[in-house]
Amino acid sequence: MKARIKFSKTGSMRFIGHLDVMRYFQKAMRRAGINVSYSKGFSPHQLMSFTSPLGTGLSSSAEYLDITLEETDAPQVMADRINAVMNDEIRVEGFTYIKDTAKPSMAALAACDYLIALKPGKDNKLSDREFTRQQIRSFLLQDKIEILKKTKKSEKTVDIKPGIYYMAESLEEFSGITGRNYTKDISFCTVMGHTPVLFLRLMSGSATNIKPLLVIEKFCRHAGIIYNEFDYQVHRLEMYAGENGELIPMMEYETI
Amino acid sequence: MRKLALSDEILLSVEKPARYIGGEINMAVKNPEDVDIRFCMCFPDVYEIGMSHLGIQIIYDMLNLRNDIYCERVYSPWTDLDKILRRENIPLFALESQQPVKDFDFLGITLQYEMCYTNILQILDLSKITLNAADRTENEPFVIGGGPCAYNPEPIADFFDMFYIGEGETVYYELMDKYKEWKASGQDRTSFLKIAAKLPGIYVPQFYQPAYNKDGTLAEFRPLVPEAPAKIVKQVECSLSETYYPEKPLVPYIKVTQDRVVLEIQRGCIRGCRFCQAGMLYRPIRPRSLSFLKQRARKMLKSTGHEEITLSSLSSSDYKELKELVYWLIDEFKGQGINISLPSLRIDAFALDVMSKVQDVHKSSLTFAPEAGTQRLRNVINKGLTEDDILNGAMEAFQGGWNRVKLYFMLGLPGETYNDIEGIAILSDKIARQYYTIPKEERNGKVNIVTSTSIFVPKPFTPFQWAKMDTREEAGKKRDFLLSRVREQLNAKSIKYNCHDADVSELEGVFARGDRRLCSVIRQAYESGCIYDAWTEYFDPAKWDKAFKDNGLGTEFYLRRERAEDELFPWDFIDIGVTKQFLLNEYHNSQKEITTPNCRKACQGCGAAKFQCGVCVEGRQGSPQRTGD
Repeated sequence: MKARIKFSKTGSMRFIGHLDVMRYFQKAMRRAGINVSYSKGFSPHQLMSFTSPLGTGLSSSAEYLDITLEETDAPQVMADRINAVMNDEIRVEGFTYIKDTAKPSMAALAACDYLIALKPGKDNKLSDREFTRQQIRSFLLQDKIEILKKTKKSEKTVDIKPGIYYMAESLEEFSGITGRNYTKDISFCTVMGHTPVLFLRLMSGSATNIKPLLVIEKFCRHAGIIYNEFDYQVHRLEMYAGENGELIPMMEYETI
Repeated sequence: MRKLALSDEILLSVEKPARYIGGEINMAVKNPEDVDIRFCMCFPDVYEIGMSHLGIQIIYDMLNLRNDIYCERVYSPWTDLDKILRRENIPLFALESQQPVKDFDFLGITLQYEMCYTNILQILDLSKITLNAADRTENEPFVIGGGPCAYNPEPIADFFDMFYIGEGETVYYELMDKYKEWKASGQDRTSFLKIAAKLPGIYVPQFYQPAYNKDGTLAEFRPLVPEAPAKIVKQVECSLSETYYPEKPLVPYIKVTQDRVVLEIQRGCIRGCRFCQAGMLYRPIRPRSLSFLKQRARKMLKSTGHEEITLSSLSSSDYKELKELVYWLIDEFKGQGINISLPSLRIDAFALDVMSKVQDVHKSSLTFAPEAGTQRLRNVINKGLTEDDILNGAMEAFQGGWNRVKLYFMLGLPGETYNDIEGIAILSDKIARQYYTIPKEERNGKVNIVTSTSIFVPKPFTPFQWAKMDTREEAGKKRDFLLSRVREQLNAKSIKYNCHDADVSELEGVFARGDRRLCSVIRQAYESGCIYDAWTEYFDPAKWDKAFKDNGLGTEFYLRRERAEDELFPWDFIDIGVTKQFLLNEYHNSQKEITTPNCRKACQGCGAAKFQCGVCVEGRQGSPQRTGD
């Protein structure tokens, strides 16, 4: 049986890289005594795949992984069992069974929502909502938003504008556009003294993946702010699967 | 949310920030305010290596069982963070509480290899602890060393308040109790050192004074205070099945060297190889009971979620119930996707059967450690592995489908001739020839032999403690000679030859049998920028050469002398049970090429029987193996 797990990654766990998060879950499943299906062959591994790697330093309230299970129980029981053997900064936020025929979430991924917050003591003009609102408007009025994409072999200019679906300066504004309520997800900002300054919905997936820090860098230049990547906390709020031009939150996609 | 000692900016600009955040699964969580004693355990090398060490896991678990102690950890910051901590003036911190090491009551440093000595100074310096113990002030932590290199602590004696000579399970609780009493009494630092000096196994270097002869050898080594005993007796844990062993070891987030459950099946060794320090230090051999091991294996796999378990010991084939244990592990865990990784076993039918069950024959290799190239030299070093053992074991494996062989040898063993070195090439070739006696259609492609040599370093408390060591030039010459001989072999194309760095070995040789005068050399080398000497890319021989010169010392004195039989060694004040006379007899036997049977075959009266446990009492005292003698 296939299942999808939604988990959060916060605090010091921001510094654990993607490969290590995979290892972490493999071990957590064994600690929880959850009977995960293994691949065949001489060195079998757990059938587990992650939707999209989160960059080191970023936090998230909506990471996803798909697993194949030999044994099942009620979703809440499964979530509780896993949480019982996890640390406080990687938590299972949801557990659902998905269709056996479900596309891997990695392949279905189409967009992500992000919060950008200024870290304590790193205040700049972006915390002025009116200023940011105006800058967003003029930023998005441009015909093209070009960035220089560097690979090992070459450099090329890419227009990221089509990949920026929504951009807002406040939670209320963003909720109004997207119909999503992220009040709980951003409560860490109050605790940590972060100032939310931007909310983004960006195109994601294996074909085109727009990185939030690239957008901020470009946006800062547009708004005349000196960009320092360490000033910002990027927090992933949600991932969406794309189906017939519609975006469906990953937790609701091809579930049973 | 855990508060971290380092800012996001720093953590995101160093390699592998997970080295510095702690918070691992099974980490001890306590409020530092609620305990009487804060103990910081240190492995002076990078996190991935330090986290792989079993000894720290045992002591960490043991100390944290007590509610009045909080044991935390620290490892050497990598060179990138080292620079940042110095530049930003950030004190080194423990992983658990993320609070400065300087505020602890104890800093315990495990001494696993000599090449970590400058890293000890790095830890002290970054923690802002005074480097020389004698200059430390009242509120600084007590720095205590332990582990194999504590058996000759003299080259680093100045930097430690005390060393613990023995196995951690035995004396630490008592030391902690004494510390609490002392702390409550309000007495000064020196009085605690005096109290500690009276405990078994505790050596307080500042209470001892060495004197030297004109030729540089040790003339005298005497205690300066009545509390300090003339001899420090190694402390031994006698009942290994009823002692501390973690049920919930730490599980790191990043991949570390030993990313698996480690089951120590026994401590000590019966073999008596004459080059091997561990084989003498940890006598007598003491097995853990099968039921203890099964119980721990189950609990540790469950609490860690590790996908692999390995057995640890100096010579696993000598564990009497090995077959039962290994087959039990396979039956119990193989079906759960858990790998069983085997330590170096004597290659025989049993080993091959197990290997075929737990490893992919096409990917795994056989390992032999003949250590010397000829039977004559193997007799000299008392390595009881014959050419027939190797060739027959290899043949059986080849017939079972294996085609990769790893061979480990040493260059520079006492009494070695060029004939013995050539023997390494010949033996490697013989194994390849053996492979090609199998009909072509039954072979699994080409044979692949990797022959590695390390450079022999004479260690204290071994029969070779009197022997001289090769210079780097000699070692280089021998390596070139061996390479040329390997190339002349019929199957030269199937043999790959690897050699260990000779510069590092020389320094290791100096420290291994060094004296207290080396403290100033190590301090100068550190102050001129040496750290991570065990890492070839950071090892800087020129800085070391200068440090020796500036301190009026040469390496020749430590390396190039065959010591007189009656020479007083800097480590002679330590009593490991095994006597100096036994070691000397063994040295003489080696010169006569006479082998010595292992402990189970015939007791040689080495002296370890004074501890009254393990093999020394097997078959006596009504143990189950009683044969009626």
